[in-house]
Amino acid sequence: MKSKTLLVFIAVLSLTLFGCPPKENGAGGGDAGGEILVGEYGSMTGGEATFGQSTHNGIIMALDEINASGGVAGRKIKVLTEDDQSKQEEAANAVTKLISQNNVVAVLGEVASSNSLAAAPICQANKVPMITPSSTNPEVTKKGEYIFRVCFIDPYQGPMLAQFVRNDLKMTRAAILRDVKSDYSMGLSEFFKQRFLQLGGQIVADQSYSKGDSDFKAQLTALNAAKPQVIFVPGYYTEIGQIAIQARDLGMNQPFVGGDGWESPRLIEIGGKALEGSFYSNHYHADDPAPAVRSFVEKYRERFGDKPDSLAALGYDSMKVLAEAMKRAKKIEGPAIRDEIAKTNGFQGVTGTITLGEDRNPVNKKLVVLEIKNGQLALRATIDPGASTTSAPSTPISAVQGSGTTTGGPAPNSELQAPTSTVASPPAAGKQPTTTQPKQ
Amino acid sequence: MQTILQNLLNGIAAGSIYALIALGYTMVYGILKLINFAHGDVFMLGSMMGFYGSRWLHRLRGGEALAVAESSWWSAVLILLFAMVVCGVFGYLNERIAYRPLRNAPRIASLITAIGVSFFLEYGGQMVFGPNPKFFPSIIEKHRLEFFGVVTTSYQVIVLGVALFFMLLLQYIVFGTKFGRAMRAVSFNYETASLMGIPTDRVVSTTFVLGSALAAVAGILYGLSYPKIDPLMGIMPGLKAFVAAVLGGIGNVPGAVIGGLIIGVVEAFVAGSQWSTYRDAIAFVILILILLFRPSGLFGKSQAEKV
Repeated sequence: MKSKTLLVFIAVLSLTLFGCPPKENGAGGGDAGGEILVGEYGSMTGGEATFGQSTHNGIIMALDEINASGGVAGRKIKVLTEDDQSKQEEAANAVTKLISQNNVVAVLGEVASSNSLAAAPICQANKVPMITPSSTNPEVTKKGEYIFRVCFIDPYQGPMLAQFVRNDLKMTRAAILRDVKSDYSMGLSEFFKQRFLQLGGQIVADQSYSKGDSDFKAQLTALNAAKPQVIFVPGYYTEIGQIAIQARDLGMNQPFVGGDGWESPRLIEIGGKALEGSFYSNHYHADDPAPAVRSFVEKYRERFGDKPDSLAALGYDSMKVLAEAMKRAKKIEGPAIRDEIAKTNGFQGVTGTITLGEDRNPVNKKLVVLEIKNGQLALRATIDPGASTTSAPSTPISAVQGSGTTTGGPAPNSELQAPTSTVASPPAAGKQPTTTQPKQ
Repeated sequence: MQTILQNLLNGIAAGSIYALIALGYTMVYGILKLINFAHGDVFMLGSMMGFYGSRWLHRLRGGEALAVAESSWWSAVLILLFAMVVCGVFGYLNERIAYRPLRNAPRIASLITAIGVSFFLEYGGQMVFGPNPKFFPSIIEKHRLEFFGVVTTSYQVIVLGVALFFMLLLQYIVFGTKFGRAMRAVSFNYETASLMGIPTDRVVSTTFVLGSALAAVAGILYGLSYPKIDPLMGIMPGLKAFVAAVLGGIGNVPGAVIGGLIIGVVEAFVAGSQWSTYRDAIAFVILILILLFRPSGLFGKSQAEKV
């Protein structure tokens, strides 16, 4: 008799524990009513911690604005955040958890392309749309029709940087130092190299390191022996600062050039004077006088006491793009939302106008090149193929964007050179050439 | 030629840090036949203590919180001593709590305990210090020095000098003091030594304290040279120092130093070549080769296992 009660007890217990579909706070992922659950995975800790934190701030800011203005179809959105510790395997775990346990209808994340690549197939298999705010490696959105992004891609960023170095800095001898553990770094290096060689430049040395290394002196010594004029390091901010310091210790004076992986409030804090005179490409410039940027920066500063980096801006845009798609969707479920995200056209974001193309990548996104001057970020060049104000034709960029392949390479020379005509100091730079970061 | 000299110099600087860690492995092994896998994490603790020590010192002097401490020789020495004391105390407690109760248990039990202590430090460290990388303050001013086309910094010179000083100090302790003689006796034969009236427990404790203090020195030097520190930073240097100890002949003090230098230099040359990705692998290739062809290490005496 006693054993029977125990059995019943266990049965009831197991039902309450495992039997019910997981619904947090009565919220349902699907059409059940209540809050709409959206998952976010990001590097809140680890070597790329500021990526995840900034993106999260941006997403939360957008989320509160959406909910304050009535949410989607009368329902509020709730974002569940998972930390992937800047690790690929954790990214896959985080997304699996969000989808299978929390039943989210859509996923936002990651910044680092390797992490997005780990998570994308899971979203694809579960028919949950994923928007990556800032993974630029072209492979990410190729994982399937459920994967989108709101940033430009490396086959665009790499050639633009090559043109900047070749035509703007007028340098011919470049060396590359790439991170072999990062899909982003490897891809961007290739796109840079291809275009730089086409433009008559020379890659005099090509060395690599692994994310997490702290001794780069041997590689730098090898690079220096080839006497480069500029060193291309498409890595992430934690390593960049250390590489720059060690290079200066070795008596190397060349400027460094990198991609949007440099973007972090900690970059200059780590690198200090060693990064003076270096350049990197970015999605937006926080001192841009455009009204959309100004109001975003002001609101962000009010709330977080800091100037938003581009990852915050992209996080904000990705949440907004998702919410707009949900508003248009007939049903709050994966496939319906996916179809509407794909139709995103002319969305006015902080990082420019977002129109998603056939390959689920934005067409004609803006790119800026920033210079580190007196410990601050200063705008050096803007390339905005989408804006009607610039004279640059939009075709060359869409050609690069559309091609989207590593093997196809960039479009013919004559076309690609067109945007460089806009590589010049913008009017804003004249008024306030050294724009300032707030004191932290 | 210049490149070769430059790599050699960088390799020796990195290698002397490995050597300091390897000394801790080799001393403990010499005495207890225990591979203390937590040693790499004690090295991490030393680095962290240097980081927090410099902060606290700065605050004690009425400085602003979070600001970088001013660099002076005195504060650097104070920070070094602080880290050595903390790690020394940790080494003592570690032996007292984790290893001593297992002194007469099968050797594998202590080995597994060592791995447990290692995990405790790594993941406990993530809770206490946070998982995000920190940046070690420059506690001494840095100058760039150049001779014959080879560039170095005052940091590398300090690393070499400090490492050499502590290695010589250890050599003196082991071969020139009464305690050293007791240590050597215990390492020859634990039971016999205790029968001869040597306080074996105290010798073992002191060995742990010495090894951990040396790891703290290595941690500070590492922080100076490669300022990014985090709770998992001890894993790789710890493993490589272990390889260095095996290479030199585990249990052999000068062997550990030579082993550390060899690993450092080989790594610098591999990283500077076309195969820079194999930098971490090369240490383990060396380990495999040495175990295959000379299991007792370069300077170790091969001893027949008594049955």
